[in-house]
Amino acid sequence: MTMRFEPTEEQTLIQKTARDVATRLLAPRAAERDRSERFPVEELSELARLGLLGIALPASLGGAEAGTVAFALSMIELARADASVAVAVSVTHMAAELITRWGTDAQRQRHVPRLVGGEYLCGSFALSEPQAGSDAGALTTTATRTARGWRLDGAKQWITSGSHAGLFVVWARTAPLGAGTRGLSAFLVERGTPGLSAGRPEEKLGLRGSSTVPLVLDGVEVGEDALLARPGDGFQIAMTALDSGRIGIAAQAVGIATAALEATTSYVKARVQFGVPLAQHQATRATLADLATARDAARLLVLFAAWKKQSGLQFSGAAARAKLVASETASRVCDAAIQLHGGYGYTRDFPVERYLRDARVTRIYEGTSEIQRIVIARELLRPR
Amino acid sequence: MDFSLTDEQQQAQAVAKDFATREVLPKAAEIDAEHRFPKELVARLGELGFLGVAVPEEWGGAGLDTVAYVLAMEEISRACASTGVIMSVNNSLVCDPILKFGTDAQKRRWLTPLAQGKMLGCFALSEPEAGSDAAAQKTTARLVGDEWVISGTKNWITNGPNANVIVLHTMNDAALGHKGITTFLCPTDVKGLTLGPPDKKLGIRGSQSCQMFFDEVRLPTDALLGEVGGGFKVAMSTLDGGRIGIAAQALGIARACLEDSVAYASVRKTFGTLIANHQMIQWKVADMAAEIDAARLLTLRAAAMKDQGARHGSESAMAKLYASDVANRAAREAVQIFGGYGYMTDYPVERHFRDAKITEIYEGTSEIQRLVIAAGLLKD
Repeated sequence: MTMRFEPTEEQTLIQKTARDVATRLLAPRAAERDRSERFPVEELSELARLGLLGIALPASLGGAEAGTVAFALSMIELARADASVAVAVSVTHMAAELITRWGTDAQRQRHVPRLVGGEYLCGSFALSEPQAGSDAGALTTTATRTARGWRLDGAKQWITSGSHAGLFVVWARTAPLGAGTRGLSAFLVERGTPGLSAGRPEEKLGLRGSSTVPLVLDGVEVGEDALLARPGDGFQIAMTALDSGRIGIAAQAVGIATAALEATTSYVKARVQFGVPLAQHQATRATLADLATARDAARLLVLFAAWKKQSGLQFSGAAARAKLVASETASRVCDAAIQLHGGYGYTRDFPVERYLRDARVTRIYEGTSEIQRIVIARELLRPR
Repeated sequence: MDFSLTDEQQQAQAVAKDFATREVLPKAAEIDAEHRFPKELVARLGELGFLGVAVPEEWGGAGLDTVAYVLAMEEISRACASTGVIMSVNNSLVCDPILKFGTDAQKRRWLTPLAQGKMLGCFALSEPEAGSDAAAQKTTARLVGDEWVISGTKNWITNGPNANVIVLHTMNDAALGHKGITTFLCPTDVKGLTLGPPDKKLGIRGSQSCQMFFDEVRLPTDALLGEVGGGFKVAMSTLDGGRIGIAAQALGIARACLEDSVAYASVRKTFGTLIANHQMIQWKVADMAAEIDAARLLTLRAAAMKDQGARHGSESAMAKLYASDVANRAAREAVQIFGGYGYMTDYPVERHFRDAKITEIYEGTSEIQRLVIAAGLLKD
């Protein structure tokens, strides 16, 4: 069997399911959600009902067990309609995956079906803090032993879906700051646990249908069963989860770029200048060709990283490459899309200004482009 | 979706890599400096089956596919882009159209020795006044009795000084525009054909190209490749495949830039530390590596689609546009990473820099690739 670049039957089916629901449910109100900053509660419930929150998770835990390529294809379709919904899906899927990988049977059985089935609505990944983003070794939230488990104290920042998530994966320090990344542990904290509170959602440039909140952990008491894996495993859990998360965010970026490219392609066919559609001007054609090529390149990197992951191969470098190229490409494509729309592109009457605002964050979260480059370089440049 | 390679494809890649590393790379600088056509390496390419990678075994080829061809092309070009283009022209621009459009007699006479490396071929489309604009060509073909009489000038014909046969495009009816183009298989030992001196070039100096002057060259009717007036189709479908080969060549050059940069950054010190420890150097190699992966995937996608018999014009154009851009950016950064040394011919990156440029020009400039891609996007 030689290389095949077209999706399998199962992948096609999932892609189509995602595309249908994205067109029917997400696209029509994406602009409205962006304006009103409304969290997509009904939308996420419907995605859960269709099985789109658990695409690569085991069937025994309520997932579709269809693999990471299918997950990436679905993410592209969802983000093409609404990047805000897509990021909630990506983070939920990442949380469910990390529990599947690192959790005990009891933890898996308790949390994964609730994440993918919609009972939790969505999951959150609480790693970043006001003073520690890319530099996880500097986290200051603490986990202290108690008679029946652990007590968590600290503050978290920029927690995606934090206003609505039913489950939080929270990183805290189980050893002093001097222990660096080896002192980190991950905990599963359910919504409503006393002492856990979400602050006021941030006002953001884009992705306004997704909520981003600060979290306060003030004497949050959790049982022994909240600890994921062993104390000190937290950093490794975070890094492997982020490797996967980057595939989701890269797919989100490709989805946004695809939306911008498609909107622009129809616009330039309809808009007449100097007596001919914009599409007849060579400068327009050259720009569109570059954008489509860059989008295809990014898309292939995402699917390649996804394929490596589902084939059990080392995929950390491939995920970093996909995230770097896809996020940078999405920003570039959206910027050019506005340019080709001219003044209209700058107004809210056309969707491309939203795409540009939504695309911008993909270069920042789940590892900035700068961090991706360092991850990639570290693989290549082992000084000898 | 499946990105795995077959055993045969992996084997072709491994053989190419081994040959490239052991036999080609040690000679690359000398070939460039001497502007020398690497005859002995071309003979070895033939022995290894790399001059007819996707030609079926029954016609003397290796019986592999376009994916294997891309993998092998990348390895050979990583060592020497000149050797890469010699290989690419013979495979994509000569064997491929004969396999697709040739009669059995033409295949016996030309394809088998070409694929076996007993002959070398070239492809003559460009003229002094017609490159991208193929319908503007002025080389004429007139049917006189039962012979075609051909007159005109062809330009920049890669492998021209070393070829046995020419895939020759002519205009037999200028009033018909591109429908007046007709293709022939023309031996290079015909009366009336003279070759100009090898072109003096910025890069790929081991690959020789030249002008060809046709003065009343007479060819029998069985020299016709495809149909009278069908030459545009032959040329365009051939170039769709050729662009995959050039994309793979660009990929090889880009990889050479990356690997040479990584090796240099891991030994060269500035400010008391290896330059590999400087974030600005790390960024350059990270960008190169990510873009090279993307270029490879675009190229393999076009190749896999060609192997499936699917239309792949847009995909080939995307692969060539992107890979040639990546190669030039990688070459620019590689020279920068090497600093002053990078500007000197003692180090290989200035050669990569010169070699990379041609990939944005031949077999359709980047501008032409953009027109091809846009036409695909904007059609209704």
